[in-house]
Amino acid sequence: MDAIILQILNGLDKGSAYALIALGLTLIFGTLGVVNFAHGALFMIGAFCAVTVSRILTLSYTTVDETRTDFLGNPMEIEVPYIHNLVGQSAGDFMIDWAVPISILFAIPVMIAIGVIMERGLIKHFYKRPHADQILVTFGLAIVLQEIIKFYYGANPIPTPAPSAFRGSFDFGAFLGLGANSIIYPYWRLVYFAFSLVIIGGVFAFLRYTTFGMVVRAGMADRETVGLLGINIDRKFTIMFGIAAAVAGLAGVMYTPINSPNYHMGMDFLVLSFVVVVVGGMGSLVGAVLAGFLLGILESFASMAAVLETLPGINQIVIYLVAIIILLTRPRGLMGRKGVMEE
Amino acid sequence: MSTSNFTRRGMLKTSAVAGAGLAVPTIFTASSVAAFTNDPADQSTVTLGFNVPQSGPYADEGADELRAYELAVEHLNGEGDGGMMQTFSSKALQGNGIMGKKVEYVTGDTQTKSDAARATAKSMIEKDGAVIITGGSSSGVAVAVQALCQEAGVIFMAGLTHANDTTGKDRKANGFRHFFNSWMSGAALAPVLTKEYGTDRKAYHLTADYNWGYTTEEAIRNSTEALGWETVNAVKTPLTQTDFSAYITPVLQSDADVLVLNHYGNNMVNSLTNAVQFGLRDKMVNDKKFEIVVPLYSELMARGAGAAVKGIFGSQNWDWKLQKQLGDRYIGTDAFVKSFGEKYGFPPSQAAHTCYVQTLLYADAVERAGSFNPCAVVEALEGFEFDGLGNGPTLYRAEDHQCFKDVVVVRGKENPENEFDLVEIVEATPVDQVTYAPDAPEFGGADAKLGECNAGA
Repeated sequence: MDAIILQILNGLDKGSAYALIALGLTLIFGTLGVVNFAHGALFMIGAFCAVTVSRILTLSYTTVDETRTDFLGNPMEIEVPYIHNLVGQSAGDFMIDWAVPISILFAIPVMIAIGVIMERGLIKHFYKRPHADQILVTFGLAIVLQEIIKFYYGANPIPTPAPSAFRGSFDFGAFLGLGANSIIYPYWRLVYFAFSLVIIGGVFAFLRYTTFGMVVRAGMADRETVGLLGINIDRKFTIMFGIAAAVAGLAGVMYTPINSPNYHMGMDFLVLSFVVVVVGGMGSLVGAVLAGFLLGILESFASMAAVLETLPGINQIVIYLVAIIILLTRPRGLMGRKGVMEE
Repeated sequence: MSTSNFTRRGMLKTSAVAGAGLAVPTIFTASSVAAFTNDPADQSTVTLGFNVPQSGPYADEGADELRAYELAVEHLNGEGDGGMMQTFSSKALQGNGIMGKKVEYVTGDTQTKSDAARATAKSMIEKDGAVIITGGSSSGVAVAVQALCQEAGVIFMAGLTHANDTTGKDRKANGFRHFFNSWMSGAALAPVLTKEYGTDRKAYHLTADYNWGYTTEEAIRNSTEALGWETVNAVKTPLTQTDFSAYITPVLQSDADVLVLNHYGNNMVNSLTNAVQFGLRDKMVNDKKFEIVVPLYSELMARGAGAAVKGIFGSQNWDWKLQKQLGDRYIGTDAFVKSFGEKYGFPPSQAAHTCYVQTLLYADAVERAGSFNPCAVVEALEGFEFDGLGNGPTLYRAEDHQCFKDVVVVRGKENPENEFDLVEIVEATPVDQVTYAPDAPEFGGADAKLGECNAGA
């Protein structure tokens, strides 16, 4: 029992990341009809927004401590963050500790800007081109973005810890009366799950209850008619691209304490997120979110030792296996609509 | 009337034969001069090929290796302070290049992929005329490039490669490894682990799914089981895995009280971070504190894992604090740290150290042999005993071309004084304790042979 609960919990945080990325992918696909292979890179750039903020906060000047020596035997140089001088030591330390949540404020405008520049600068030239061209150009863009990040931040993962209040783990076992230590789950992963629910809820509410969202949804269903009604749907779609980029970016920001970010993390998520989109049904937002959580949980169950003993290697193929089965029985995916990506 | 057989056709035949006859000696002379691949005899310079990961997951390790190579080239050419050439027991190197030839180098990017690494090595040998290939940060790559160098007739001085296979079942006459290996890690770590954690322990292994992971798991299992530990489970994890939570949670459910992470690079950073996040280190199992072990440590990985690495045991080939903390047995260390630190502003990693040492060892062997011929170099390196290169007295064993020296057991430091002070040295395990027979079963047994050295050409 406790093993099952643990694997479900495990699947939820992975699923959260899949769902957030797949949600952005579907938004872009649904509005602009573009298959965006650079979406994983946006997730990665979001993570590096957190790294950047934490670097800015810890930006330091050096003073020399004559009483201590460094590795070469010279007087030790001590680094003092500028933030201490700006807001005082305790407030400065608090901000450094909370660098990851603070990064959200930084990441939203940055990601929207990157999204809009990407769309206006490059992707809009590919609307009328075949999907193969779109995949090539966005994949190329993803590689360029990766290499830029690697150039400035190096190839090794950069530890970006959660605020100390959220380090450690929650004892679900004791909480549910299953015995202490039987189900332990890190606090930050719970935060990540809750955060993703808020974002997903926010995006849905935005599309459902605002005029902007209504126009976008109408445009997704029938772009031409909305255009004929005198609405500048292109501008709206550009903003949607920015929002999708911000969703991926925020998923990346909050993911940094779970796994130290490196330049390659976007690619690791990208392929699986596409499977998630296809399984959920091309163009279906609800499908993308559901499939994200479903596949996250499935993957986590397939990694259980008991499962691996009977079916070695199943953890690596289970997602694709399920994708094949679903596509064979429901060719449009779980919640796919007729006419999307069909000639 | 004189009849002459001197016809046009006859003339052509004769001159062809004569031409061929005249050419014979030149062919012979040419072959005797270029008796081996890329003989630099008629050049004033000699080219070394540094094949390191400049992109991909080990790019930072590769960058540090390259720094060390550049420093070694400087020192060989008589620039800088000479580094470990001052402390090296062999005094053949004069700081005038190698055999009077100025040292130049070319670099290749292995990308930590065997095929890419072979392609760059091949290009450096064939296009740039490199006399040796050296470097690398993965055992998969090392084994592949070593085999290529054997075929091409050049020397391969391995960089960071820790799998037994490199000097085990895949050993080659033209290949040499200074770095230690999985078996040595096990032999050095097991006694320390049992001393610290007791002999009644249950271990759970997570192992990277490739040759290095297998040999490391085998080494740690064998050596800890011999001292009383029990291995409750060993699970292979894909090299591409980034989130290890699904592998960590079964550990929580098992009745293991030690987790051994046979992971390297990003794998290790992620799996260790996840394990700590899941509270493994705060857990009590079987009335004992749960512990984590990382057999192969690197400073760069420790930096990636941050605070998660505190208190965790592992092993290293070398550490920049060796001489400061354990004295002059490890002479050379301080000299190297000084030249590296002054040039680059931070202490060298063990990857940098092994690459620097390999370059010096090669150059020294050429000087002692009096020739760049790979077979002469092999002869000079086989059974070579030296000191003063930071690891204490060291032997390049003739049977498998593996260096034998002390192994450093380290632990993640609880209160680092600065960003370079991430690990503390627990002990240096004496070389006798980490020596094995050349035909040990983990190293390919009696079937593992170096073969004949190949001079190419």
